[in-house]
Amino acid sequence: MSVEAHEIIPIPQPDIVGKEESIPEAARRKLSSPWASGLVILITILWTIPTFGLLVTSLRPPEQAQNSGWWTIFTDPTMTLNNYSEVISGGSVIPNGIAPYFFNSFAIAIPAAIFPLVIACMAAYAIAWIPFKGSTFVFFTIFALQVIPLQMSLLPLLTMFNKGWSMGPITVFPDLNKPGTEQSIFVGTYIPLWVAHTMFALPLAIFLLHNFINQLPRELFEAARVDGASHFLIFRKLVLPLTVPAIASFAIFQFLWVWNDLLVALTFAGGTPDVAPITAYLANIKGSYGAQLHLITAGAFVAIIVPLIVFFSLQRFFVRGLLAGSVKG
Amino acid sequence: MEEFTSGLTKIGTGLAAVAIFLGLLLIIFFVGARAKGKLQFPAAMIVFLGPAVVLLAYGLIAPAFLTTVGSFQNATGQDFVGWANYSWIFTTESNRKVLLNTAAWIVIAPLFSTGIGLMLALLLDRMKRESISKSLIFMPMAISFVGAGIIWGLVYEYRDPSGVQVGLMSQIAQWIGMDDPPNWLLWQPWNNFFLMVIMIWIQVGFAMVVLSAAIKAIPGDVVEAAELDGATGWKLFSRVTIPMVRGTLIVVFTTIMIAVLKIFDIVRTMTNGNFGTQVVANEMYAQAFVQFDVGRGSAMAVVLFVAVIPLIAYNVMQLRKERTIR
Repeated sequence: MSVEAHEIIPIPQPDIVGKEESIPEAARRKLSSPWASGLVILITILWTIPTFGLLVTSLRPPEQAQNSGWWTIFTDPTMTLNNYSEVISGGSVIPNGIAPYFFNSFAIAIPAAIFPLVIACMAAYAIAWIPFKGSTFVFFTIFALQVIPLQMSLLPLLTMFNKGWSMGPITVFPDLNKPGTEQSIFVGTYIPLWVAHTMFALPLAIFLLHNFINQLPRELFEAARVDGASHFLIFRKLVLPLTVPAIASFAIFQFLWVWNDLLVALTFAGGTPDVAPITAYLANIKGSYGAQLHLITAGAFVAIIVPLIVFFSLQRFFVRGLLAGSVKG
Repeated sequence: MEEFTSGLTKIGTGLAAVAIFLGLLLIIFFVGARAKGKLQFPAAMIVFLGPAVVLLAYGLIAPAFLTTVGSFQNATGQDFVGWANYSWIFTTESNRKVLLNTAAWIVIAPLFSTGIGLMLALLLDRMKRESISKSLIFMPMAISFVGAGIIWGLVYEYRDPSGVQVGLMSQIAQWIGMDDPPNWLLWQPWNNFFLMVIMIWIQVGFAMVVLSAAIKAIPGDVVEAAELDGATGWKLFSRVTIPMVRGTLIVVFTTIMIAVLKIFDIVRTMTNGNFGTQVVANEMYAQAFVQFDVGRGSAMAVVLFVAVIPLIAYNVMQLRKERTIR
C-alpha cells in the first residue's frame, strides 16, 4: 500500500525534512478522453446549479422570487439589490437584520480559531519534545478523546457555565453570577462559545500538530538544549516559525468550522442578536419566514460568502486543512 | 450605520480577547523562562501541557462521564431510573423510526458520496484540465449545513402543481411529464432520501479530492506493468486501481459515515425532524434543549457515542495497518 496516513490526513510535512520525489506522472497520463470530460462537466454543472439558483433568487424582486422559478431570469431579467439591504439591516418583513449576527460570527470565529491552535501547539510540543514519563499515554488519551461526540459534552458544559460544578463538597467550577442577580456572568458574552469551541477543537488539533512537530529534526532541539536554551525559547524561536504552514491550514479549517457551526451556537448563544452567529439567525428565519424566498436566499448568501471567499482565495491551505479536519465532530 | 459601529465593537471584542490571550501567554513565557535548575521541568510542563489538560478534562472527559451518569437518571437529573431511558429509545415506536432513519442515513449517504467521488476521481485522472471542475464540485464543503439547507430548500420548494413552479425539482418533474409532482419534503419515506442528497452534495467533493490524491500516488510503473500484461479499462480499474486505493476508500467511507451519524443541522433546518425524518442527533437536541428531558437527551448522546466508537476504532486500525505494511 502506498497510501500513508498523512495523505489521508494531509497536514503539510516539515520542509526541512526533504520531500520525497514523486514519480513523474506525466508518463502515464493519457490523452484526455472527451467522454470523461463530458461527464465531469455535466456533474460540475449539476453540482453548481443549486448554489447558482440561490444567488439568482436573492437578486430578484420579491414578486418574481416568490412567484416564478429563478430560471425565468433569462426571459425576465429584472434584478435588484434591495433584498440585500433589507436582510442586512432589517425591514418591514423581517424586522431584525442579519448585520449583528454577521459581526458576531467574526467575533466568535477569530478567537475560537486562534485559542485552540496556540494551546494545541504548546501541548503538541510538550508531548513530542519534553521528555517525561507517560508522554505516549497522554498522546494516546488525547487521540482517543476524538471519539467523544460533541453531543456528550453539551449538557454538562452548559450547566457548568450557568450554575457551576461541584462534586460533593468540592467546587470544581464556581457558580459565577452577576452581582445581585441569579444570572450567570457568562450569559450574553462570547466566552462560553470561545471556550466550548476551543475544548472541542483540541484533540484533533493536538493530534495533527503533534504529527507535524514530531517530525522536526531532532538535532535542532538537541543543539538548542546543549546551548542552554529553555523550552520556552525553543518553542518561540524554533518551533513556532517552523510550524506556520501546519498552523495556517488548521486555522483556516477551524475558522470555517466555527463559522459554519450551528449546534454549539444554538446551545451556548441562544438566538439573541447580542452573541448568536449568522447560522443561528439563518436557521431562525428559515423557520419563521420560510415563504420570503427573496430574503432567505439573500441572507444565506451573506452567510456563505465569507467561506466562499476563503475557499477560492486560499484553496491550497483550505484543502489541506479541511481534509485534515474532516474527521472532527 | 449604527449597527455597523456596534459591529466593529464586536469584532474589536474578539480581537481584544486574542490580544489579551497572547499577552498573558507572553508574560507566562517570560516568567517561565526565569525558572532555573529543578524548577525548569515542572514550569515547562505546567505552561505547555497544563492548559490543554485542564480544558480537555473540563470540556470532554468530565462531561462524557456526567452524560453517561445522566442517561440513567430522570428528566430533571434527580433520581436514578436504571435503563428506562434506553428502553424508551429502543422500544418506542417513534424512536424506532428515528433509529431506522439514522441507519438508512449512515449506509446510503456514505455509499453515494464515496461512489460518486471515486467515479469523479477516476474521470479527473484522465483529464488534462481538471482544476475548475474540481473546485466547483469541492465548493459545497465550504458551505454550512444551514446554508446548504436553504440552497436545497429552494430546489425542493413546493407549489400547487396547476400553477407556476418555483422549485427546480418540481419544474423538472413537470418538464419530463410528471404532471403532479409531490411536496418532496413531505413525501414519506422518500423525503429522507432528499435530505441525504444535501449531505451527498457536500461530501462528494471531499471523497473526490482525497481519492484523487490516492490515485495519483499509485506508482507509474505498476500501471505500466499492468498495461504491458494487457490490462485495460475495467480490468485495470478493478484489479489495479481499486486494490491500490482500497485503504483510502475505506477511510473516506468511514469518515463520511461518522459525519453522517452526527448529522443535525440539515434535518433541523429542513424539516426539524417532522414528517418521519427525525435522526438520533436531532432527537438528542430536541430532548435535551426543547423538551428539557436531561435523561433522555443524555441517553441519546450515549447511543451516538457508542455507535461512533467502532467506526473510529476501525479507521485507526486501518491507518496503522497501512503504516506497518509500508
